[in-house]
Amino acid sequence: MKERVSLLQIGLVRGLFGMIVGVLIGLGLVSGIRALLGLPIWNPEAAWVVGGVFGTIGFMLMVGVLRDWIRWALGEETPDFPEADPRLQGWAKYLSVSYDHKIIGIQYGVTALIVISLAGLFALIFRTELIAPGIQFLQPQDYNTIMTLHGIVMIGGMLLGVGAMSNYLVPLLIGANDMAFPRLNAFAYWINVPAVILLVGTLFMGGLETGWTGYPPLSSRAPLGTQWFLLGVYFIGFSSIFGALNIIATVMKLRAKGMTYFRMPIFVWTAAATALIALTATQLIGLSFQMVMFERLFGMAFFEPAKGGNPILFQHLFWFYSHPAVYVFVLTGLGVISELLPVFARKPLFGYRWVALSSFGIALVGFLVWAHHMFTSGMEPYLRVPFMYSTLLVAVPTGVKFFSWVATIWEGKLSFETPMLFVLGAISIFLLGGLSGPPNGVVATDLHLQDTYWIVGHFHATMFGGFLFPFLAAIYYWFPKITGRMYNETLGKIHFYLMLPAFYVQSLGQMQVGLLGMRRRIADYDPALQIDFSHLLITLGGYVIGLSLIIAFINLAYSAARGKVVTTNVWRSRSPEWTLLPSPIPAHNYPEPIEAVGEPYDYGLPGAVYVRTASTAPLRDEGEAALPPDAAVAPAD
Amino acid sequence: MTTHTGITHSYREKLAINRLGLWLFILSDSFVFGGLLVSRFYLLGTQSRPHLDQVVGFVVTAMLLTSSFFMNRAEIAMAHGDRKAFLRNTAITLFLGVAFLVGVVGVEWQIAPFGTADGAAASIFYTLTGFHAFHVLTGVIFLAVVLRNGARGLYSPERHWAVEAAAVYWHFVDVVWIFFYPALYLIGTPLP
Repeated sequence: MKERVSLLQIGLVRGLFGMIVGVLIGLGLVSGIRALLGLPIWNPEAAWVVGGVFGTIGFMLMVGVLRDWIRWALGEETPDFPEADPRLQGWAKYLSVSYDHKIIGIQYGVTALIVISLAGLFALIFRTELIAPGIQFLQPQDYNTIMTLHGIVMIGGMLLGVGAMSNYLVPLLIGANDMAFPRLNAFAYWINVPAVILLVGTLFMGGLETGWTGYPPLSSRAPLGTQWFLLGVYFIGFSSIFGALNIIATVMKLRAKGMTYFRMPIFVWTAAATALIALTATQLIGLSFQMVMFERLFGMAFFEPAKGGNPILFQHLFWFYSHPAVYVFVLTGLGVISELLPVFARKPLFGYRWVALSSFGIALVGFLVWAHHMFTSGMEPYLRVPFMYSTLLVAVPTGVKFFSWVATIWEGKLSFETPMLFVLGAISIFLLGGLSGPPNGVVATDLHLQDTYWIVGHFHATMFGGFLFPFLAAIYYWFPKITGRMYNETLGKIHFYLMLPAFYVQSLGQMQVGLLGMRRRIADYDPALQIDFSHLLITLGGYVIGLSLIIAFINLAYSAARGKVVTTNVWRSRSPEWTLLPSPIPAHNYPEPIEAVGEPYDYGLPGAVYVRTASTAPLRDEGEAALPPDAAVAPAD
Repeated sequence: MTTHTGITHSYREKLAINRLGLWLFILSDSFVFGGLLVSRFYLLGTQSRPHLDQVVGFVVTAMLLTSSFFMNRAEIAMAHGDRKAFLRNTAITLFLGVAFLVGVVGVEWQIAPFGTADGAAASIFYTLTGFHAFHVLTGVIFLAVVLRNGARGLYSPERHWAVEAAAVYWHFVDVVWIFFYPALYLIGTPLP
């Protein structure tokens, strides 16, 4: 029985329609109220902000994630386990609201790849401008807008990638059947869609030219696009906060029997540490961006020295989130490295407990380092040295991870499939990112390096090594689990061997031109610096990275449809999703509860068992397991 | 609709998960209010505060603090199955919440001798009270939902998570004001 899916049953289509209607209502509402008050009717700032807010609400209402909550408020009951529209099959399922964490994880992942590609495209546009000194084809204001969007859209993409990995993997790895709050999970994914639309919408609203940091006083004077930039980041923050809340609750409450904290797969530790940061610190970027929004809307003066404000306050609030945010991307990636290395080295993860705790070490120290972004900002000078020391302290827990990886590789029986290549590539790149960090953390050298391309090189090394390479490793590694088909190994290797050297050329080139005097975020540079050739190489590196990603996308798309069918545990992994579940995984994961009876990483130890199904008895009758009918009142979110 | 053995949680388990979720939300939300307090002291220091009407401030504070008492009575009444007392106390809490909103937004905002654009102290005052009033407003809406559903008999002494959540949230908003009131009305001397 196959029904045709009409376009309006697809959540995304309805959501976009709701967003357009919402924006129009918002614009009309502001103009109407102003007309009633006798003010000039058209106020673009207020109208577009309210339009953006209403548009997002309209999207969320129409896409359908709020349905169950509204029904609870009206006192209606909903099924204990929310189900998506059963008429939707195949690809349509992924374009509508689903409450299955695996579908949400894939929605996150595909959106992440699309958004990251878009951000990469922005980078290629302005990198092309930088091949030669002087202005070629991008006027400085457009350059600023594109450069800002590259930064902020990429950050959105990375947060989506983090969401993809933690949503898909955490319940599987701890033996749960879904997240603690499936409705909240769907909400946290879908709010990203209007948020990204707002961010890209800034292109059509005069741009924003502030850089992704949005420092006032520039951001309180920059063109109208800034408002949707602030709003878009604000809504992405919702996603981070609710996603993080869900991860923590899931890890604390839904672990399988016998799965103590120190028996969880290591990725779960990093996901939990990440969630701790995202849950709390995200509020402060939201607050700081709202304060800028209020300055623009109501003439407030938080950051306006002439009226008693102080722009340094913004930087404190902003970096209190935005430095730990780096650990949000990186910790998840480092978790993937620690998770995959033992599988491909066929050895236990060295120092499991230390690695587990080091994630929380990084997260907690990460809360105390924010002002190292502000050494040259004019903040109180006595703050510099304490923040220098706290910054250098991050190297200790990070070093624990490095030693663990090296010791895990040591005398291992390594094999070099694509995921392993990306893991090793990630380690080497993250080493570069890590070693280029202390010069920025030390006050004396940072005074010279601040705002140069050196910082750009350092940051891209940490992001490629800490997020992008591990993310790609995770995609290749779990691809057979997700699709039940194998990707093409040759194309995977071509992807890796193109991307790794291209990245090194790009990142080392950025550091080099930075040391030679190239400022970041500037459309032009002095020909006398003689860095055009380096800029050309950096740009070519960027293009090769883009090319390699296109190869990867072709590989993944083709293999998902036509790849060799695999049902077995292809990587001989010990973790529960590979040992106990078929590929692809059925809805609600484990048909019967599982139990952890051993250590997670006893690779190469004969007879060691990590997880098994708790009972060998056949599945109980469906009716018997259901709750009594009156239990359905209990909201699960 | 399939039901697997692995995914059914008892009401008690679900309650534990819900409670944890609510407390995590409160932890997260308290960072916003913490950030607002930090901003207030960063910009105005401990020697100055916005010029505000002390009587209004005292009255709204008294109303909000009293409302938490009635909120607590409402929750206890529901736990003991006294639906009438539950409804009465919830209604009083709701009324005091609305009165607080009227006092802050309807009175204090209107009689303040400055507008939103009149400097840092004004920005701090409107933003702190505005963020807090928004939370009170969401709490009032939550209470209205609980009151309506309670009147229809949807809660029992064993199953009233919504009541408990509304109460915890209400107390949280109240505690925030305990920090905001001195920060805005008591510490330092009023700016001219």
